[in-house]
Amino acid sequence: MRSNEAIQPSVLLRWGDGLLVLLAIIASWQALALWGGSDVMTTPIETVRHAVQLTGQSRFWPHFRETATAYSVAAIVAVLGGLLMGIALGAHRLTGEVFEPIFVALYSIPKVTLYPVVLLLFGLGIEAKIAFGAMHGIIPVTIFTLNAVRQVNRTWLRAGRAMGLSPAQSILHIVVPATIPEIVSGIRIGLSLALLGTMLGELFASKRGLGFLLMSAIDVHDVRTIMAIALLISIFAWAMNAAMLAIDRRLHQRI
Amino acid sequence: MTNEHVSFRDVEQVFPARGKQDPVHALGPISFAIRPGEFFSVVGPSGCGKSTMLDVMSGLTRPTRGQVIFEGSPLDGTVPDGIGVVFQEDASFPWLTVWDNVAFGLRRRGVDAAEIRRRVDYALSFMGLAAFTKAYPSQLSGGMRQRVCIARTLVMQPRLILLDEPFGALDQQTRLLMGDELLRLWRETGATIMLITHALDEANLLSDRIGVMSARPGTFISIVETGWAKDRDSTLAELPEFGAVSSRLWALLRSESMRAMGQHAASRSSLAGKAA
Repeated sequence: MRSNEAIQPSVLLRWGDGLLVLLAIIASWQALALWGGSDVMTTPIETVRHAVQLTGQSRFWPHFRETATAYSVAAIVAVLGGLLMGIALGAHRLTGEVFEPIFVALYSIPKVTLYPVVLLLFGLGIEAKIAFGAMHGIIPVTIFTLNAVRQVNRTWLRAGRAMGLSPAQSILHIVVPATIPEIVSGIRIGLSLALLGTMLGELFASKRGLGFLLMSAIDVHDVRTIMAIALLISIFAWAMNAAMLAIDRRLHQRI
Repeated sequence: MTNEHVSFRDVEQVFPARGKQDPVHALGPISFAIRPGEFFSVVGPSGCGKSTMLDVMSGLTRPTRGQVIFEGSPLDGTVPDGIGVVFQEDASFPWLTVWDNVAFGLRRRGVDAAEIRRRVDYALSFMGLAAFTKAYPSQLSGGMRQRVCIARTLVMQPRLILLDEPFGALDQQTRLLMGDELLRLWRETGATIMLITHALDEANLLSDRIGVMSARPGTFISIVETGWAKDRDSTLAELPEFGAVSSRLWALLRSESMRAMGQHAASRSSLAGKAA
């Protein structure tokens, strides 16, 4: 709270930079659309107009709800599961050392190759998308949490005990604030990857959802709809990431 | 308890065997007492159990055998009200400002806000940190961070302050200045101080008495009285008597330090033998 006045100018600067990037993106998009023609992509203004029109149609909303539900559940599973696994593995040194390389290896596998297995396990419904989204998101949350918990400085805990803190107070007032910045970074990446996983699931095999709408539009070469849905998903992903990044930066600022 | 602020009664610390390592007899049996208001230092060869002694005296570690009596009652495995500890490593919390770091212990103890403000502001100005209250530890030098830790201990108004090589990581000039500040703090608070250090000159300069420890398992081979006036400072180092005390300390420690180095070499070669 006290450091607020000091960071004002840099916030303005960051907003200015963001605006510049946005303008550059729109300009190159417009140029690409003019160059490629309406068979390849629609212009920014057309896309926005069609996106507004699309969201006005009643057939759009069941698909939106499907994706939103799948993503929310996948995100909750990824975050809670990752936190639980990360804390358990981080608190016990040996287990953490055994499992961390396994998680890092899992992180680097292209999980799309496992999607047929996920489909066989969960069927074509929403469960497969949730599982696939959660699979993507849970790994970074686990790795970041594990490292955050493992790197809690023992001297801080000793100092806490020397000041007469109970074990519960030590966790609440030392372990939690010490690990939160790293954990939030993990959650930010986990939420992005969970969205990726959910969307991949919808694109490959699904009967509902924004990914399904997108695939149907591709089948009939409906460029306007493809662009409009891509825009909507991008805006959501960007907004979520920006919000998480803002929290992330605030927390990391002091360390 | 009139002449014993804190005392060890046949204290022994043995760390149990871990894996292929043999159990380590770190400390004792040792019995001694520190007088109320005394500045007591402990010097000894590296690995002799100095830090173990501090852990046991603070209540952070329960000794394997024997008892620690603080102000008349035995310690029960927790750090009692009235004992403050300053660690060798930087123990400041990087997520809190200097002010919030210093207020940390008082807040956990539920002291009311006005009293916290009064005590924290006093401790910060006493330690020369008044200009840095809103800074985070990462913005401070190592010496300043250690001051934050001392201030954080000070606000709890301890009657016994234990310091484990608090200036170990600092450069020589900063060490001398911090030593003078420690003396000032000691005079103004009237607290009893136990300082662990490996610097003989530092122990000599600051202390009323200096316990010289043996190689492991650590006990005192001698306790040296310095006889310095209470209002001493680092100019003391120019006196001939100062040199005499330093020589005496070194004479006591020389053979122990060599023994300690031998222990290290022996444990290394036995490990090497097991590996081969």
